[in-house]
Amino acid sequence: MNTSATAPPRRVDTAQYGLAAFVGLVGVVVLVDGLGLDPGFADQPVQPYAFSYAIGGALVVLGGLLAVATWRGDVAEPEEGEDVDLSGGLDWATLLQLVAVIVIVIALIGWLGWAIMGAFLFAASARILGSRRLLLDIGVGIAMSLLSWYGFYVGLGIPIPAGILDGVL
Amino acid sequence: MDLLMEGFANALTPENLMYAVIGVLLGTAVGVLPGIGPAMTVALLLPITYNVDPAGALIMFAGIYYGGMYGGSTTSILLNTPGESSSVVTALEGNKMAKGGRAAQALATAAIGSFVAGTIGSVLLVVLMPNIADLVVKLGAPSYFAIMLFALFTVTAVLGSSKVRGFISLFLGLTIALVGSQTGQARLTFGRPELADGIDVVVVAVAIFAIGEALWVAAHLRRRPLEIIPVGQPWMSRADWGRSWKPWLRGTAYGFPFGALPAGGAEVPTFLSYITERRLTKHPEEFGKGAIEGVAGPEAANNASAAGTLVPLLAIGLPTTATAAVMLLAIQSYGIQPGPQLMDTEPELVWALLASLFIANVLLLVLNLPMAPIWAKLLRIPRPYLYAGILFFAALGAYSVNFQPFDLGILLVLGLLGFAMRRFGLPVLPLIIGVILGPRLEEQLTTALAISQGDISTLWSEPVAVLVYVLMAVIAVVMAVAGWRRRGHDTDEIDRVLDRAAATDADDI
Repeated sequence: MNTSATAPPRRVDTAQYGLAAFVGLVGVVVLVDGLGLDPGFADQPVQPYAFSYAIGGALVVLGGLLAVATWRGDVAEPEEGEDVDLSGGLDWATLLQLVAVIVIVIALIGWLGWAIMGAFLFAASARILGSRRLLLDIGVGIAMSLLSWYGFYVGLGIPIPAGILDGVL
Repeated sequence: MDLLMEGFANALTPENLMYAVIGVLLGTAVGVLPGIGPAMTVALLLPITYNVDPAGALIMFAGIYYGGMYGGSTTSILLNTPGESSSVVTALEGNKMAKGGRAAQALATAAIGSFVAGTIGSVLLVVLMPNIADLVVKLGAPSYFAIMLFALFTVTAVLGSSKVRGFISLFLGLTIALVGSQTGQARLTFGRPELADGIDVVVVAVAIFAIGEALWVAAHLRRRPLEIIPVGQPWMSRADWGRSWKPWLRGTAYGFPFGALPAGGAEVPTFLSYITERRLTKHPEEFGKGAIEGVAGPEAANNASAAGTLVPLLAIGLPTTATAAVMLLAIQSYGIQPGPQLMDTEPELVWALLASLFIANVLLLVLNLPMAPIWAKLLRIPRPYLYAGILFFAALGAYSVNFQPFDLGILLVLGLLGFAMRRFGLPVLPLIIGVILGPRLEEQLTTALAISQGDISTLWSEPVAVLVYVLMAVIAVVMAVAGWRRRGHDTDEIDRVLDRAAATDADDI
């Protein structure tokens, strides 16, 4: 590499500092959690905190290494895929809406049950991802959630909690 | 032999045969879907087998496994965007063949090559398994500990260009494995009773593979659909057969040993097969424009290595690829612990599984050759429905483990981690292997030190353990030297392919 003198200006992937910080933080949490453990039984050859210390310590070191690599111009290679178009930027709106849908499902599934929340999850996600046939989306969602509910109940003998529809299904 | 025949008798009952057919069909259908590789296929289909008896479930899984692998190669030939790292090489020539109007021949040589390699691989597995189990059963805890360290090390360090990223992924996985109170004290549970039993590995796998992938694709969704090459009935001329059969056999010879070693999957053997075929071919002018040898060899290597990964999986309980990791979860969910004792405690089960590998292979050929045009239609599924469906089934899979909304919360958090890993190029495989092997590493260390009463030198008291540590040191030195020598050179072709393989590694799931 004799072109190093004319190398392009260093590009720093700033967001990667965030990842390095996250890795370091996880390491610290693991270490602190390990410190809080009482010593186990005297005859326990591997104390419960041993792995905590090793893993937490390694994470802190790795976070540091990643930060150094980032500073030296290391750029991540995002993952490719069949439907992935890396040329555009990251579509935050879609991502956040999908996360919101999942949060709603988590919040309400105990009350409304899988049959309703599964249909909601499918229809809302399809809509966010660009489907424009609302009635069809909802219909497919309901069909899938009912099929899966009855499939688990009848086919596998696993009763998924029905929530508010208990007794109706 | 008698045992194998008995296995066939078990696997060929109408009920089990039905499971095999369902498994192959589901596996291929889901595997063909863009964005879903064999490991995610198996993870998403895991709940289906919850109430099926173990033999039937394993037979179904053998079908899903092979079906998912074959589905993945169909995608890479027809779309030129390989869904899993092991299909990267197939896409090189396969897509060129398809563009040149030879999609049918490419699919045929892939299917028949997979069949040949899978069958030979299964035979080798049947021959080797009892012998290896006899060897493995003599190993003590120190050797197990060393072998697991070795697997973690190779899976992390050999693949991918960035070792730091590999190790970050590995240690994040080990952290997830720490959660819970397996050692008698609650680690990283933050006082939540739901975390006392640890995080269910199924939830981790579905989150990292399915949710992470769906969110990642959703944030970068290609608005313009990919060009899909229409395909007719797969068939091959005499000349195609003549050019294919040697690459099939050579690919198998590369694939099986690499799969059986705990060194992570099909990337290296598929690539070796590709360069071998390019060197030996009588039609060098076709390479780069769609040479059938370039599809036949790597596809055979891919399938043979899949059979090879079952050796460490069944004999030691050691998963070396993402798909094998999910298979291990499936096996464990029936209360079966793979390992040397398995042959003694559950011989019918092992032989039924081995027999079902042959059956799945035959079914794959019989069902998939005629159905290829139908599978190709699946590539046209509207993307909003595809990814909404992945989210739907991932949520269903995670929820059906314990019916806890809390599990869905973990699914989301780890799914976002999976998203971030794709953004920052962290490989997924080390994390999932770390989650699975972390607790067992601790367990073997505890056993070893309990027997030696705390004397640490017990860890290198067994020849196998010493050998494994030496091997690890050699690999580390070779990698360091190679990395040092490469500095200042352009990356060669192997590196580019391995990097690309690592970049698509997550879809392996």
